[in-house]
Amino acid sequence: MIKKFIYSKKIAPYVFIVPFILTFLIFWIVPIIKSGMMSFQSIQFTEVEWIGLDNYKRLLGDSQFRLAVFNSVRYMIGTLILLIPIPMIFACFINSKVMKGKEFFKSVFFIPALTSVVVAGTIFRLIFGEMGSSLMNQFIGIFGLEPIKWLKNDWTAFFALLTLACWRWTGVNMLYFLSGLQSIPKELYESAQVDGANAWQKFIKISVPMLKPTIIYVLTISIYAGLSMFVESYMLWEGKNSPKNIGLTIVGYLYNQGIRKNNMGYASAVGLILLIIVMVINVAQLTVTGLFKKEEK
Amino acid sequence: MEKKNISLSVLTFLLFTVVAIVILIPFLAIFIGSFKDGTDMIRNGLNLKIELDKMSLDNFKFLFSGAEEARRYFMWYKNSMILTISQVALTLIVSAFVGYGFAAYEFKGKNALFLCVLLIMSVPFEILMLPLYKQVGDMGISDTYAAIALPFLAHASTIFFFRQYLAGIPKEIIEAGRIDGASEYGIFARLILPIMKPSFAAMAILNAMNSWNNFLWPLLVLRSDSKYTLPIGLNTLLSPYGNNYDLLIVGSFCAILPIFILFLFFQKYFIEGMTAGAVKG
Repeated sequence: MIKKFIYSKKIAPYVFIVPFILTFLIFWIVPIIKSGMMSFQSIQFTEVEWIGLDNYKRLLGDSQFRLAVFNSVRYMIGTLILLIPIPMIFACFINSKVMKGKEFFKSVFFIPALTSVVVAGTIFRLIFGEMGSSLMNQFIGIFGLEPIKWLKNDWTAFFALLTLACWRWTGVNMLYFLSGLQSIPKELYESAQVDGANAWQKFIKISVPMLKPTIIYVLTISIYAGLSMFVESYMLWEGKNSPKNIGLTIVGYLYNQGIRKNNMGYASAVGLILLIIVMVINVAQLTVTGLFKKEEK
Repeated sequence: MEKKNISLSVLTFLLFTVVAIVILIPFLAIFIGSFKDGTDMIRNGLNLKIELDKMSLDNFKFLFSGAEEARRYFMWYKNSMILTISQVALTLIVSAFVGYGFAAYEFKGKNALFLCVLLIMSVPFEILMLPLYKQVGDMGISDTYAAIALPFLAHASTIFFFRQYLAGIPKEIIEAGRIDGASEYGIFARLILPIMKPSFAAMAILNAMNSWNNFLWPLLVLRSDSKYTLPIGLNTLLSPYGNNYDLLIVGSFCAILPIFILFLFFQKYFIEGMTAGAVKG
């Protein structure tokens, strides 16, 4: 009887989907609802108290949270400025006829993405060490500059984080743009060639507009990755608090409140605000790229 | 015209060579560093100085010495291997199953459910980590590998990839299977899975890399030292005392190797897996 039910053609589709439905319910919907409830509670070990909007009110006046938001947004903007145009131009070079050794460069640029954040973070923490003999200080020493305490000052620490991000993701973003470029019909460039367009004009008039879907995609994933950055700064400061919280990010704050201080109620409020921001961006992106329309067909 | 092309070609080649060298420097630094004493590392940071008098194979010898710390390192290594292999195998099967469901059938609620897949795909895990952490705690499975793997077995981007792949498969195959009297699941197991083989490679590689490098979620879930994976174990070596750094640098270097070797052999699949989501949008 049960077997017949499961094997019926009407039910089979749902059986196929069921692992996803269960995952979605158990590990997404239920936790988020619980988290939503916790955000209105004060939770001290086993004592739970409903406190209405107090967590959210506290959030508004919390200067540490504001600093975390500032740091995350600054980091996100930095990665957007660096990790979209540069990989795009690299991809155009790799895709052009004049380039030699394409496959080799593609591979080398991709290698940093293979490393775990633990290994990458450890390497960069030691490269940006404050002693005069660390790699970065030796490098700036070439230009006659004094050693810098990279990870103890706000903007130099920001620089270190951005360097790490560029090192890891330039190659990956380049691949995205490369696969976008390869889907542009060659005839477009050929007819532009006939019309006497130079390389720059072809880039601005053909490549960039045709890459719009890829740009939007890379833009969205960079926004998410930027806003949710945490482990990079966790690794650069050995999992401790950074001096004057220069490396504190929104998710870092979430981690401190929720995991370290076990302040689940307040941390839930932080998490929900972040989730809402991300969902809004998400829906906006899906609407812009027309995915909703495509699926309705 | 020809001349201009050649000089441009040389210039871009030079530019790319410089960038490639810069990209490889951190690897070179950790390679050189793995021959230096851990205390030297704490005092001097990482650099590219080759100082033969300070360099030795001691760290590597220590790693294979069978000392307590070294044995722990290999335990983490083994744990990571076991977790990665089982997680990848299960994720591929479950996600292929779901992906086929989305690709082959029309049913009520399909669009809404697929929209959920798309939403999950792009939401960063970090945002969900606290609710999820609470949830596995409530379920009583914290500090287990089940807690690490279960939430991600029906893996959204893997499902998406398989669905896109299967959307191109002619429906006649399924129809032919039905006429031959196969059940819906028999069709999946006997007719569809073999066709899916090429798409498995890319997703296997991508999931293996993610699982091997996974840090934040295991960091929240795992408590007992005996269950630590490689990234979590290495993380415990960060505090600069004892001979932690002797092991940390060599250990980090060896941690990259399996994925790096996979990359050398299966580069095509790495790239295919990584860029799968990009052009579809």
